[in-house]
Amino acid sequence: MTALLSILVLVFISVAIWQMVKIFDLTQGNANGADSQIAHDGDNKINGYLMLGFLIFIYVITIICFVKFGDLPLMSNSASEHGPGIDNLMIISMVIIFIVQTITQFLLHYFAFKYRGEKGRKALFFADNNKLEAIWTIIPVIVLAGLIIQGLFTWTEIMNVSEDEDTIVIELYAQQFNWKARYAGADNTLGKANVRLIDIDRANILGLDESDPNAQDDKITTELHLPVGRKVLFKMRSQDVLHSAYMPHFRAQMNCVPGMITQFGFTPTVTTDDMRATPEMIDKVQNINRIRVEKSKELQAKGEDALERYEFDYLLLCNKICGKSHYNMQMKIIVETQEEYDAWLKTQKAFKDSLNK
Amino acid sequence: MSAHAVDTHDAHDDHGHHHKETFITKYIFSQDHKMIAKQYLITGTIMGVIGVMMSLMMRMQIAWPEEGNVIFEALLGKWAPDGVMDADIYLALVTIHGTIMVFFVLTAGLSGTFSNLLIPLQIGARDMASGFLNMVSYWLFFLSSVIMVLSFFVEAGPAAAGWTIYPPLSALPLAQGGSGAGMTMWLVSMAIFIASSLLGSLNYVVTVINLRTKGMSMTRLPLTIWAFFVTAIIGVISFPVLLSAALLLIMDRSFGTSFFLSDIFIQGEVLHYQGGSPVLFEHLFWFLGHPEVYIVLLPALGITSEIIATNSRKPIFGYRAMVASILAIAFLSTIVWGHHMFISGMNPFLGSVFTFTTLLIAIPSAVKAFNYITTLWKGNLQMNPAMLFSIGLVSTFITGGLTGIILGDSALDINVHDTYFVVAHFHLVMGISALYGMFAGIYHWFPKMFGRMLNKNLGYVHFWVTAICAYGVFFPMHFIGMAGLPRRYYTNSNFPLFDDLANVNEVITIFALIGGAFQIVFLYNFFSSIFYGKKAVQNPWRSNTLEWTTPVEHIHGNWPGEIPHVHRWAYDYSKPGHDDDFVSQIVPLKDGEEELQH
Repeated sequence: MTALLSILVLVFISVAIWQMVKIFDLTQGNANGADSQIAHDGDNKINGYLMLGFLIFIYVITIICFVKFGDLPLMSNSASEHGPGIDNLMIISMVIIFIVQTITQFLLHYFAFKYRGEKGRKALFFADNNKLEAIWTIIPVIVLAGLIIQGLFTWTEIMNVSEDEDTIVIELYAQQFNWKARYAGADNTLGKANVRLIDIDRANILGLDESDPNAQDDKITTELHLPVGRKVLFKMRSQDVLHSAYMPHFRAQMNCVPGMITQFGFTPTVTTDDMRATPEMIDKVQNINRIRVEKSKELQAKGEDALERYEFDYLLLCNKICGKSHYNMQMKIIVETQEEYDAWLKTQKAFKDSLNK
Repeated sequence: MSAHAVDTHDAHDDHGHHHKETFITKYIFSQDHKMIAKQYLITGTIMGVIGVMMSLMMRMQIAWPEEGNVIFEALLGKWAPDGVMDADIYLALVTIHGTIMVFFVLTAGLSGTFSNLLIPLQIGARDMASGFLNMVSYWLFFLSSVIMVLSFFVEAGPAAAGWTIYPPLSALPLAQGGSGAGMTMWLVSMAIFIASSLLGSLNYVVTVINLRTKGMSMTRLPLTIWAFFVTAIIGVISFPVLLSAALLLIMDRSFGTSFFLSDIFIQGEVLHYQGGSPVLFEHLFWFLGHPEVYIVLLPALGITSEIIATNSRKPIFGYRAMVASILAIAFLSTIVWGHHMFISGMNPFLGSVFTFTTLLIAIPSAVKAFNYITTLWKGNLQMNPAMLFSIGLVSTFITGGLTGIILGDSALDINVHDTYFVVAHFHLVMGISALYGMFAGIYHWFPKMFGRMLNKNLGYVHFWVTAICAYGVFFPMHFIGMAGLPRRYYTNSNFPLFDDLANVNEVITIFALIGGAFQIVFLYNFFSSIFYGKKAVQNPWRSNTLEWTTPVEHIHGNWPGEIPHVHRWAYDYSKPGHDDDFVSQIVPLKDGEEELQH
């Protein structure tokens, strides 16, 4: 309904504009043929001022976006060890972008205003200047060199997933349209697996090799629990199409590709409970719940159920188009203390006990 | 008239006068480059309307997800029961919108129109090197457009795997309804499209190399021609790779090969595929996919260079640097495709290499932006609608291009990959910019195409509303992307985490609807001016280039007599020592006048 209403309003606005232009055309007099459709000094003046106005519009929309939406981005509250590295680089890049954007847009629109055409004025014949060209080649080179070096260091550090004794290896398994996690169990080694070994009747849903001793104590779960402060290495598989394991709070993402194993590692640094207790998160959750309460009122007026209260949880989202329910392919991530983690893991069934006989 | 034609192309001229043209040879199976340009423009415009309407429906779905809507019901029929859009058709809209806008509007509609129109006219040729191939190229494009649109009427729906059609999703009808007959039609349509594009590109390259008039050295070419020429070369290099990817995908889909597929278990059965890799497809796709961005963008930049110089009444600043940056962009564009695949599972070391090459592209891009700005400096700017769109292009090119240094940086891409940040970035830098270039070109060369003028006041309304809405749509979109919202989600209501982004999405949609609706102003202006516009004079914008030395009425062979010779570059605007503020390329150098060492 809202949409229909907006469309109607738009149609009326269009008609109004069309009428205005018609009137404008008539008042200008159309005696002088083709010339009437070429900008004259009056047009140059109006559009010159509009250019200045547009510059202000760009600045205003920038400020509004930063003030209103600036706290939405995940720029400060990363929950992994490498997160602050990415966030710092992001902030450096944003500052550079902000400076360059402010200056270049100013020059562009200000020149468009300042040098708007006037009859009888002649433009400056200025075709070339090697010094200027050199300046705006070299400055970007220096800035980009800095960004590239900083970026490559950060990237190499993140992607270097050397396994050691202390690393927990977890398999992330993607299928249309849900996630599973597989823990290695006491032997800390994931058993062999292939989709060809999937046996739904026996509840071997991830295709583990039943004859592999390492597979026997593996644990398959529908929630992802991680102990805080321990390095986790994710081995990712997909059984059908491409998926992407996106964990925005941990600044982590990697595609899951059928036919191969991809990997991504990080160390979570903030437990779910601690994250819920940060002032920013309290604000954010309050705001979301306020929105949900309003929305619930609307829903209840229509006789539908109210929305549940929202509580923050880390999430794993699918971020590669994977079919009809792509928009709802998620898994809860819980970061907890080592003790809580151990206790939870103990309650999960081992693979050999989960099979149907 | 052919009596005083002295060059080798007068055969065309004879042809035009000795055989009476029928309606069919003149308007339908025309081999005249000007008519073919118009055919491309009209077809591209129609496809553009379809593509934009799809995007508006997507925006409405994102802003008001659970609500039924009469528009959906009317346009989507069985895919919107009670007006509530189906999730499959949302992905189909995503897919076909992307395909249509990138290939059918901004590749064929833009290059096809302006390369065809301007290459012969601006280099001083009677027509394209091969009029016949040119005609075939257009009709293949038309055929592929028809197939693409018809795919909407397939039982299980059109292709819905995203415009990148990554397998296995695109390969397996079991994975998605759209991957059945709809995907077959997509692939057939694109294969024909690529054939069309290659015929066109080869023609452009051959024409520019061989058919330049006397005196038109490469360094005297207008920047439009440089841009079209280099674009055609990139197309010839990269489109065949997409064709091979499409053919291999057809083999996988229909003949049981395993180029891209391996180890798949879907809907309770194990498929036979073994040993293939979807990552291989990604490499092949993006080997075209990234250069494609520049195939879309470079012609727009070329058009803008010409229009900014003409309307500033100043030479384009740094002609040599502009040509060099076009060449540098073209070269770099073929070695950066991996930045779409940082997190695809390819070796992280490759990610480092592609970060390096990708960020290098910022350098020639910066040079171009600064040269445009310097061209405005101390000019005498004639604010025609074409000029406004050109300035608008520079503005969105900067805004959209700058965020490229975030996405091109592999470490930062981890967190914003496939979010709305990417959507905002590429829509501004290639979508809106190229669209502005296309609009600028239409406003500027409409008199050349149709012999009439577009209404300038409607043009002003069109530009200002579009400019405000474009920023209104894509500027806030960066922020919801940085908040982690993935693209291609049918609705975000399953993620309370994103509830605070809903109002931003509504604002974006409202801007999109207003901006979309105001394109009607342009369409009205365009179609009514073809018939009722003010009659154009020969050189309305007082421009230097050769196309404005041809008569207003189109004739076969372009110039009634001999093709004019060229004596100077295209940018002698406001040159000291001349009375007028423009000096046509056909005016010989005065005694003692030096041609600029450009």
